[in-house]
Amino acid sequence: MKRIVKYCLLAVVLACLAAIAVLYWMGTRDDTSTGAAAAPAEAGRMVEQGRYLARLGNCMACHTTQGGQAYAGGTPIPTPFGTLYGPNITPDPQAGIGAWSADDFWQALHNGKSKDGSLLYPAFPYTEYTRITRADSDALFAFLRTVEPASQPSRPHELDFPYNQRSLLAFWRALYFSPGVRPPESGENQQWNRGRYLVEGLGHCAACHAPRNWLGATRAADGLAGGLIAGLDWYAPPLGGDPAAGLGDWSAQDIAMLLQTGMARHSTAGGPMAEVVLGSSQYLSDGDALAMGAYLKSLPAVPAAGPARAEAPSAALLDRGGKLYAQYCVQCHQEQGQGSGMAWPALAGNPTVTAPSPVNAIRMVLDGGFAPATAANPRPHGMPPFAPVLGDADVAALVSYIRSSWGNEAGGVMPFEVKRVRDASTLN
Amino acid sequence: MSRPLRRAAASAAAAGALALVGAPAAAQGAATLQPDTMQARVAACTACHGEQGKAGTDGYYPRLAGKPVDYLYHQLLNFRDGVRQYRPMTHLLAGLPDGYLHEIAAYFADQHVPYPPPAPPIASADMLEHGRILATRGDAARGLPACAACHGAAFSGLAPAIPGLLGLPRDYIGAQIGGWKNGLRRAAAPDCMADVAQKLTPQDIGALAAWLSSRPVAEPYVPDPAGSANLPAECGSQAQR
Repeated sequence: MKRIVKYCLLAVVLACLAAIAVLYWMGTRDDTSTGAAAAPAEAGRMVEQGRYLARLGNCMACHTTQGGQAYAGGTPIPTPFGTLYGPNITPDPQAGIGAWSADDFWQALHNGKSKDGSLLYPAFPYTEYTRITRADSDALFAFLRTVEPASQPSRPHELDFPYNQRSLLAFWRALYFSPGVRPPESGENQQWNRGRYLVEGLGHCAACHAPRNWLGATRAADGLAGGLIAGLDWYAPPLGGDPAAGLGDWSAQDIAMLLQTGMARHSTAGGPMAEVVLGSSQYLSDGDALAMGAYLKSLPAVPAAGPARAEAPSAALLDRGGKLYAQYCVQCHQEQGQGSGMAWPALAGNPTVTAPSPVNAIRMVLDGGFAPATAANPRPHGMPPFAPVLGDADVAALVSYIRSSWGNEAGGVMPFEVKRVRDASTLN
Repeated sequence: MSRPLRRAAASAAAAGALALVGAPAAAQGAATLQPDTMQARVAACTACHGEQGKAGTDGYYPRLAGKPVDYLYHQLLNFRDGVRQYRPMTHLLAGLPDGYLHEIAAYFADQHVPYPPPAPPIASADMLEHGRILATRGDAARGLPACAACHGAAFSGLAPAIPGLLGLPRDYIGAQIGGWKNGLRRAAAPDCMADVAQKLTPQDIGALAAWLSSRPVAEPYVPDPAGSANLPAECGSQAQR
């Protein structure tokens, strides 16, 4: 009897060890897909292609500090697990990736591993970049060889235990990382396939627009359902076809216009999306922008992640909000919330205003900001920050009013929600 | 009145004043804002810096109107690129191109609004006199040039990039010199203002802020023309574009 228990225990322990070993193997093995090979390009063309792709991947967002040398790294990336810093990816042989080969670079992009084989943190979105073809990876690498080398060493990450134990990433990867370039979907046209390639790969839209679980992972099954962006405290709307919360009412052209100009019918990019437009999507070719729009339009409506619809605000709250609107907002956003052209966005029917989460609308009121400066809108108008002049109760009344007027039916906002946003803002 | 009570009353009064006068200019200048004008584009600036950039009313946000264009341009570049530290400014300017920032600087440099009379100084006569001497004569023994040597005999600045020093809130002046002294504020090398600030004591800074903020502005208050003064030190910002 005793012996049977012993054997059973031993079997359980062995099974556990085997499971761990399998997970570790799954999390560290390499994928061999490369996607369609490109015709060998002339070196200059390849660099130009890489420059374009680096824009599309928004590499500078994490690898260049504001006002700092391009690709020299140092940008803090706040996460619930600690702060990571984008490394130096200039061709400096010591501080950057000057000693890397195109194979090493591919290994990082495609398999999430550094030159020495150590596992990379998925704040570097290799979970998405793994969809990039070898040809595009080589072009990116060719371009990065041409940027000015910076001798500034990469700043070490500041992660909490146990997240600072790199080898544990093997298990995370076994669960959440499925490497591989996707072959084109034969039932879909070239535009759709190009759109999917950009949305899922270089564009890494899922980094913000897909909900993350407690280990910071996004899951393909959840789709681009949106949600609060951990660490940034902005709300990313769902990109599925839901007409109220998603892109159901948008055309592919509307989406392309937002990506390229930062503005579209009834909407202006703000917060992190404004940064994306500024650093990345404004440089999309017309064809690529439209392809992303066409692909996104093909996504089914998924239930938006986020809070349940709030109750309609009381008449007293609306009255107070309406008075504040007349005092502070009406001059630009107009009587019926219709705004004025590219200068002042409409609030009626504006998805930022009517989103399931009021966080973005509250932040715009508190922090203000300019629309992203793009070729189509090089001298944007600026929205004043109201954090210094309006208290939490006033902002709650005002945002409740704009969320509940001119056909908007997004519900009321409580002062504590404003306080939470104010406290999370790094500006005040 | 007891001290805590007085403090409470003062802060209540300040809060009341803020509520009354702190309203962003976008709302104050109702019916005058037209889309696509510079006035409309810079509504995010004038909310704190006052209509036409004539200064905020809360005693801190400095006047922009009439300052030398390159001085304003350099500050916009510095805020945007994180060289000068104030997060709300850095946030607002993120991603705005150089050309547009220069246009914004030129707009405010071109605004000529009368200066209000200065607030009566709350400072001892000795303190004010110390400030006056430093500002007008400097202190040769300590290697301190007079403020007037670079900022103009009337403290109205020197084109294209040295700002005037009058018509600014006392707290703002004190905070800026303090910022230069501890390295938070910087300019293009050689950073002459940083060298001067290093030599100033906290007493000097307090006296300068008190005296400069107490001076009335005599119109016309415009920067001296470029090249009209021999600077006592080399200043990188005068040459920076």
